[in-house]
Amino acid sequence: MIAAIFSLTALGLGLGALLGIAARYLAVAESPIVGQVEELLPGSQCGQCGYPGCGPAAAALAAGEAPVTLCPPGGRALAESLASLLGVSVDLSGMAEQAPKVAHIHERLCIGCTRCFKRCPTDAIIGANDQIHAVFEDACTGCGKCVDDCPTECIELRAPTQTLTNWVWPVPEAA
Amino acid sequence: MNQPLSASPHAHAPVSIGRMMALVIMALLPATLFGLYQFGWPAIFLFTVTVGATVGCEALALIVAGKPVRVTLMDGSALLTGWLLALTLPPWAPWWVGVVGGALAVLLGKQVFGGIGQNLFNPAMVARVTLLISFPLEMTRWVMPQPMFSGDAPGFLEGIAITFGGQTYDAFTGASILGHVRTELGRGEHLDAALSGIFDPLSALLGTVPGSLGETSAVLLAAGGLWLIARRVIGWEIPGALVGTIALLATAMHLIDPAHYAPAPFHILAGGTMLAAFFIATDPVTSPVSRQGQLLFGAGVGLLIYVIRTWGGYPEGVAFAVLLMNAATPMIDHYLKPRIYGRDRRGKPLEYPELSPKGSER
Amino acid sequence: MTAKLKLFRIRGGVHPDDRKALAAEQPIEDLPMPALLHIPLQQHIGAAANPVVQRRQPVLKGELIAHAQGAVSAPIHAPTSGHIVGLGLYPANHPSGLNVRTVTLQPDGEDRWHPDVAGVDDPFALEPDVIARRVAAAGVVGMGGATFPSAVKLNLRNRYSLHTLVINGSECEPYLTCDDRLMREEPDGVLDGARIMAHALGVGRIIIGVEGNKPQAIAALQQAAASFEHIQVVRLPMRYPMGSEKHLVQTLTGKETPARGLTADIGVVVHNPATAFAVHEALRLGRPLISRVVAVTGQAITRPRNLRVPIGTKVEDLIEHCGGFSEEPAKLISGGPMMGQPLAELRVPIMKGSNGVLALTAAETNARQAAPCIRCASCVGACPCGLVPLTMAAHIRSGDLDGAVGQGLMDCIGCGSCAYVCPAHIPLVQYFNHAKGELAARGRAKQKQTETKRLAEARAARIEAQKQAKREAMARRKREAEAKKRAEAVPDVVQAD
Repeated sequence: MIAAIFSLTALGLGLGALLGIAARYLAVAESPIVGQVEELLPGSQCGQCGYPGCGPAAAALAAGEAPVTLCPPGGRALAESLASLLGVSVDLSGMAEQAPKVAHIHERLCIGCTRCFKRCPTDAIIGANDQIHAVFEDACTGCGKCVDDCPTECIELRAPTQTLTNWVWPVPEAA
Repeated sequence: MNQPLSASPHAHAPVSIGRMMALVIMALLPATLFGLYQFGWPAIFLFTVTVGATVGCEALALIVAGKPVRVTLMDGSALLTGWLLALTLPPWAPWWVGVVGGALAVLLGKQVFGGIGQNLFNPAMVARVTLLISFPLEMTRWVMPQPMFSGDAPGFLEGIAITFGGQTYDAFTGASILGHVRTELGRGEHLDAALSGIFDPLSALLGTVPGSLGETSAVLLAAGGLWLIARRVIGWEIPGALVGTIALLATAMHLIDPAHYAPAPFHILAGGTMLAAFFIATDPVTSPVSRQGQLLFGAGVGLLIYVIRTWGGYPEGVAFAVLLMNAATPMIDHYLKPRIYGRDRRGKPLEYPELSPKGSER
Repeated sequence: MTAKLKLFRIRGGVHPDDRKALAAEQPIEDLPMPALLHIPLQQHIGAAANPVVQRRQPVLKGELIAHAQGAVSAPIHAPTSGHIVGLGLYPANHPSGLNVRTVTLQPDGEDRWHPDVAGVDDPFALEPDVIARRVAAAGVVGMGGATFPSAVKLNLRNRYSLHTLVINGSECEPYLTCDDRLMREEPDGVLDGARIMAHALGVGRIIIGVEGNKPQAIAALQQAAASFEHIQVVRLPMRYPMGSEKHLVQTLTGKETPARGLTADIGVVVHNPATAFAVHEALRLGRPLISRVVAVTGQAITRPRNLRVPIGTKVEDLIEHCGGFSEEPAKLISGGPMMGQPLAELRVPIMKGSNGVLALTAAETNARQAAPCIRCASCVGACPCGLVPLTMAAHIRSGDLDGAVGQGLMDCIGCGSCAYVCPAHIPLVQYFNHAKGELAARGRAKQKQTETKRLAEARAARIEAQKQAKREAMARRKREAEAKKRAEAVPDVVQAD
């Protein structure tokens, strides 16, 4: 029995020492990840994530303080890219409800004041003074800054217009 | 018209799960009826109770889970599970063996995994193994066949007494072929001495031997199994690999040492080999999906059956062999996939160096 | 010539009842010109065509009404003479039921050809790229349903070493009989078109593959090809999807097209017989692609027929001509039952790729409610591409689309064999279609991310530049104001001196 105690203790000490050595000398070096994270973010500085811009949001993500699902305009695609970059696993089933949104100007109510297109971070609104404005859906990230600015509240955030090119077959009902 | 929106294909082959299960049950019918005839009223009661308990527990589980009961029961899978389980039980076992077995098969073998298609292990075999380990005496009490209406066969009332009343039947007991041979070899007897008087190939083929309720008649089981293969309900890969491997191993060992290792006909005709080959190992949910995978699976089950029978602790190894290979199925499926069209075995696109394209654009 | 070509087996596939007897003996008849034609601007793979007509403009038959946009596109021509009454959104012949830009033409009943429509005397004297340009100008696209611009396919000779042209007369889909009738009634035209295409491709061999359930078509083609040494008419085994070009080429040559590649990678180009006929008309008669044969069939149709139809005719006009519905159909399909698309409404138009209108009864569809998968592997046995559909569907069901791609989703041709044989009636192809569409949408979303980032940065840079310019302008004004003040201050100093 003494032999058994000795041998198991020796095994424990020996393997523990090996693990400690490995932890020190085989440790994976941290890489500068903040820059890579910021590359992925939309860059429109809309502030919907709660951080004052994409730079601070990237820093928070890299530090692990913010969830990868923080960016509404980036949507599910962005959350997945961030998750794979940061090496975290994330349950994205809740994100499906946040379908990407784009702005839509209800032309009847537009007075052509130009406040919205001056605010748009991606220049997605066309128009000029006294001319009705319209949104380029392809360039709109749904950040919502134009909605806040419009004096007649004629801008609405809604799902992008479905065309033959972006229509997708729905998932079949589960059995 | 066209509501709700559904994708192609818009026509379908006239198949369904219920129809598949019905075909399997039809293939089992000859062997089942023969077994019921051979072992008489107690067997009939046990069979009824087992199947009834299986279907009843499935209905109970569906109600508790809030799933649609009637449509799910109609797919016939619980019926088939109970049927197969009943066929592997000792024919005169008490009624509660059937009930516990049926409950175990459905609840522990299938429903806790999420229902049909989700289980990892063959439900009937899960039940059988659990019963064997929990009630070794009841599960190893075999009887000589007493064909119905023959001289000493128990009548209706006597059958009730045996199955439900716990009446003993020592006058009729006899060892199964596998059990007897195992015991004799263990005592150091020669194989010929062990086989004499108990193993007659013709009887084993026809089924007039002691054994489980439905596994005795090799010829009827094989006929049903071959019919299923012809109807394309099961493939030839698993039965072929299983029987082939057992035959190969048994022949090889018998050639090496004829005194202590039984020949191939013994292993194929005695015990549950035929039932396993065509009806148990071929369970689609728990076996691999690719042809190579199925061949490996069948060979593995055959190997394990032979090994357990010859060197393991139990005289019959079918149930354990099937469960062990069920555990290997996900790994087999992961590594043995069919080759994709246009790619080589490793998944790279095919190359035709002799047909090089023009110019340097590609 | 009908030599015995050695044929090779394809893996998997299914053998549904072909149900062609409903319409196979009906000769092609011309549909009377309808009251209105709705011609979509997107009826081909590639960019939509750009209209060159306006409302109220009169047009003649064969006149260009929309030109091709970009390298992979096709022009569209007026199917008859009349005038344009509209250019706007109209329901598309698409499962979504969404609208597409459509030109509406009102026929004047005279059906007058445009005077510029004229053929060439000897197409074989033309250079291959001239032939390709004429085919492009005629708006010819793949008429088996894929609608790939045929001229782009003819130009493959520039990038690939080609040796054989295969005419795909298999028509493996049940119910469809339009290619069968065309091959029976116009074998010379089909062969002439094939020979012109072979000349344009620079290949020396033509093989016409026809499934064995079309003996009269085989006989007609054999007779027409008798005098041509380099043309073989081959009887193909009846197996779906024999008409898939990759599997057709494998049957004829034994070689598998490399994954993510074209049949041109192994020296073969495949074309549909109706496309060959369209090339024949384009070169010999100068006629653009403005009509096609459509098989209107199914047990819910009173009188199944094969109709020659002007592009843009509404589906309801065809059904009415065939006596309407004999009973309420369970499914209304554009194309065949295995790969066709459900029709959202009856007023959608026939397009260049619409080879069939099927009205199926519930009994014909054999549809049932889906049950859970029991891993029976019927789908694995049926898949002609060596995939494991049940595993891909399981990945997609749990949202793991990348996992499905890892299992080979992008190698799926969408033939429907797996879903056809599934005992649980699981809509496997719909899972795959959904996944492919969803992955494409994610790809677009990623691209949009990059683009909007670029726009945001460009805007930030522009605003910064504006601010900078303003600062500089202010600094300059300040300097000028100070210089002016100093200049005014100097005389005082001089005077004081």
